[in-house]
Amino acid sequence: MKALMFGWEFPPHISGGLGTACYGLTKALMKHDVEIIFVVPKAYGDEETESIRLVNASDVVIDIKDELFREMISKLSYLEIDSTLIPYADDEEYFRITEQLSKGVKAEQLSIKTHKYSFKGGYGKNLMEEVKRYALVGAEVARQQEFDIIHSHDWLTYMAGAEAKRISGKPLVVHMHATEFDRSGESVNQLVYDIEKAGMEAADIVVAVSNLTRNVVINRYGIPPEKVITVHNGVEPANTNRFVDDQKKVDEKIVTFLGRITFQKGPEYFIEAAYKVLKRDPNVRFVMAGSGDLLPKMIRRVASLGIADKFHFTGFLKGDDVDKMFGMSDVYVMPSVSEPFGISPLEAMRSNVPVIISKQSGVAEVLKYAIKIDFWDIDAMADAIYGLLHYNSLPEMFKEYGKEEVESIKWDQAGKKVKDIYESLLS
Amino acid sequence: MKSICLYFQIHQPFRLRTYRFFDIGHKHDYFDDYANRFLMQQVAEKSYLPANKLLLDMIRKHGNKFRVSFSISGTALEQFEMYAPEVLKSFQKLAQTGCVEFLAETYSHTLASLKSPEEFARQVKKHAARIKELFGQEPKAFRNTELVYSDDIGNLVYDLGYRTMITEGAKHVLGWKSPNFLYCSASNPKLKLLMRNFQMSDDLAFRFSEQRWSEWPLTADKFVGWINGMKENEEVVNIFLTYETIGEYQWAETGIFDFLKAFTKKVIEEARHQFRTVTEVSDSLQPVSGLHVPYPISWADEERDLTAWLGNELQKEAFDKLFQMEEKVRNCSDSQLEREWEKLQNSDHFNFMSTKWFSDGMVFRTVNPFNSPYDAFINYMNVLSDLSIRVGKACTGQEPVPKTATKKARPAAKVLTAKDKPIKTTRSTKTAAAKTKDKAK
Repeated sequence: MKALMFGWEFPPHISGGLGTACYGLTKALMKHDVEIIFVVPKAYGDEETESIRLVNASDVVIDIKDELFREMISKLSYLEIDSTLIPYADDEEYFRITEQLSKGVKAEQLSIKTHKYSFKGGYGKNLMEEVKRYALVGAEVARQQEFDIIHSHDWLTYMAGAEAKRISGKPLVVHMHATEFDRSGESVNQLVYDIEKAGMEAADIVVAVSNLTRNVVINRYGIPPEKVITVHNGVEPANTNRFVDDQKKVDEKIVTFLGRITFQKGPEYFIEAAYKVLKRDPNVRFVMAGSGDLLPKMIRRVASLGIADKFHFTGFLKGDDVDKMFGMSDVYVMPSVSEPFGISPLEAMRSNVPVIISKQSGVAEVLKYAIKIDFWDIDAMADAIYGLLHYNSLPEMFKEYGKEEVESIKWDQAGKKVKDIYESLLS
Repeated sequence: MKSICLYFQIHQPFRLRTYRFFDIGHKHDYFDDYANRFLMQQVAEKSYLPANKLLLDMIRKHGNKFRVSFSISGTALEQFEMYAPEVLKSFQKLAQTGCVEFLAETYSHTLASLKSPEEFARQVKKHAARIKELFGQEPKAFRNTELVYSDDIGNLVYDLGYRTMITEGAKHVLGWKSPNFLYCSASNPKLKLLMRNFQMSDDLAFRFSEQRWSEWPLTADKFVGWINGMKENEEVVNIFLTYETIGEYQWAETGIFDFLKAFTKKVIEEARHQFRTVTEVSDSLQPVSGLHVPYPISWADEERDLTAWLGNELQKEAFDKLFQMEEKVRNCSDSQLEREWEKLQNSDHFNFMSTKWFSDGMVFRTVNPFNSPYDAFINYMNVLSDLSIRVGKACTGQEPVPKTATKKARPAAKVLTAKDKPIKTTRSTKTAAAKTKDKAK
């Protein structure tokens, strides 16, 4: 069985959870004897460089010298399309990156931070044109290659997938890693929404990364439920080289928020909960790590609550700093308003940090050793923080079983499920 | 002729309200009055009242031939008085027929038998006095919370003056032996034991309305047929159920009321077997053998052990912290605080913290108000922290630090952390209690 996959990034170049997910899924599928032609837009021009160790946004280190990876690459047909398509980039970001690239900056030195894009400026239009051009490429690839099934990851590639289906007549699977509602709340970009909807309508099966996402696909895009199947993401095994302990330099307990400071991540709820905890227990420090458009507002809120001496902002953290932050933390909170899956709590658990996650996250569907709250329920959030800091058997239980639990969430199961979907479409 | 021993447990806990950490120190209302009232009235309407009416009708119809045993926890009795007085009246009516035996148990459905012989004894006495007061009977036989039993607990119960106790016919205790005989404690042969026939009991409790069950629908004829088909020499069939089985777990629509009626009628008309209360069984039969039960058993889950209440670290910490307060609660002799501490001993609170459902999809034994075991634990610990502060204040008259909440080391929990092993604490707590006594002297 051979699948033609359209992605927009693939190791070693990954800017976000999508690249990691594509990598994990592809690897698992190949283990289940599915051959894959992976198509990615070529934005960087340095793919020949071999000895790169690249840390992605969710901090899974992928060593392309790794034997498994090499073996995989040898089996994988990897098609690169000359394109400047960059996922998750807004006007400014897109401009900054293309400009830097044109100055010859190496791609891995870039950091792509935001997941928002808009089409107000001229650069946004370019992005849309790229999407269309990629679709044409999709049609071309479909003409030249032999394959049994088409699989498109997220909206940028849906048009390409749909084109490939039109040309070849092979079944199309589209994979929803995030919806426009996750990225933009209620102020959705109509163009993106339309592409998502058209892509899912053209598809034979829509794969959603969580039941939460599945419900959005059904209710907000009007896709028939029987066509939408949930396949939870897996997690890459931990890199054993990482060390996370002994980083703490203050006596107080530390409660951490780590992520983009945007509407989607619910930072304001974290601040309100922090205020409630600090009123009762001054021996706690709160850290908000990350950057984003809501950062100035959050700083003002912390100041107006008068807790700035106990509430700290670190700005954007990368690589080792993320590990260090987890190493210092006693509790990790992910109060996301909307999170299709959400890999960061798994990272925290792997570093022995107990986690509180919002019920509005896909990852809540697969975790048992985590406290789940509604993102808006700051009383419950504060209570959970207080409980984890004061009643010892709870964090001890989470540490003991959490790591094990994370390691049991494997890509292999996801790969098997996707292969079953392929088979059902081909039979 | 076999004895058929029908026994029903009636218990409702005082469920806790959502009690946040910021309530600690200034709000002292722990219980969800609304939910407790609602649930009590609901179960009264669906189960207790119609079931009591049915039993009363059958006693009137069949005279003395229909016998039944009950145990009603003190917290359930309190809730009858508060929320459903007509239920209490209907039990009193049943008591007046002389066909109904009321068993002794702990007042607040506590697991104190595993931790504090003193508290256990106090509660058993308190409960017996209440039963006497309400139903005019002095309880003669004993049933422990969740049918928890071990040799040590048997000794405690014997010391309190009881000569009959009921417990679970756990396979790992009985081995090849049948539950359909009277047994006695091997360490104290004067204490007789009735063993629950879980096969027959659970046919009603869990399988009665299960349409995928090969024996569905279960008729009275079939059920009596099974009893008739038992070995000739077997002497007693112990059908021990929670009373809510009749009408709430098995809805009226499943036919459970009609079944009970038809079953009773058939047994009495056939006259091959006779109904007997727990004490009547104990008085009329001779124990066939002694049973060794070194580790506590219960009637819960497949394992029939304590893991539904004291299986994980959360439950153990909460249980330890609760009983660490015992001496202080005792010393401050504030009856309000003592009553609240007592209510917090309710085994249900610990059941709500169980993580067993992660693996085997266990069923909670009462309505669980919490979303997760973690919520249940944090909520309980918040309440306990507040009670601890109040007890501290009442003891010393000054503002204490809520030490129980922040202390890191948990030496007491060590005893309990041996995983998968049934917990044997009675002996060690006995010595602890003895020490406490010495101190008091």
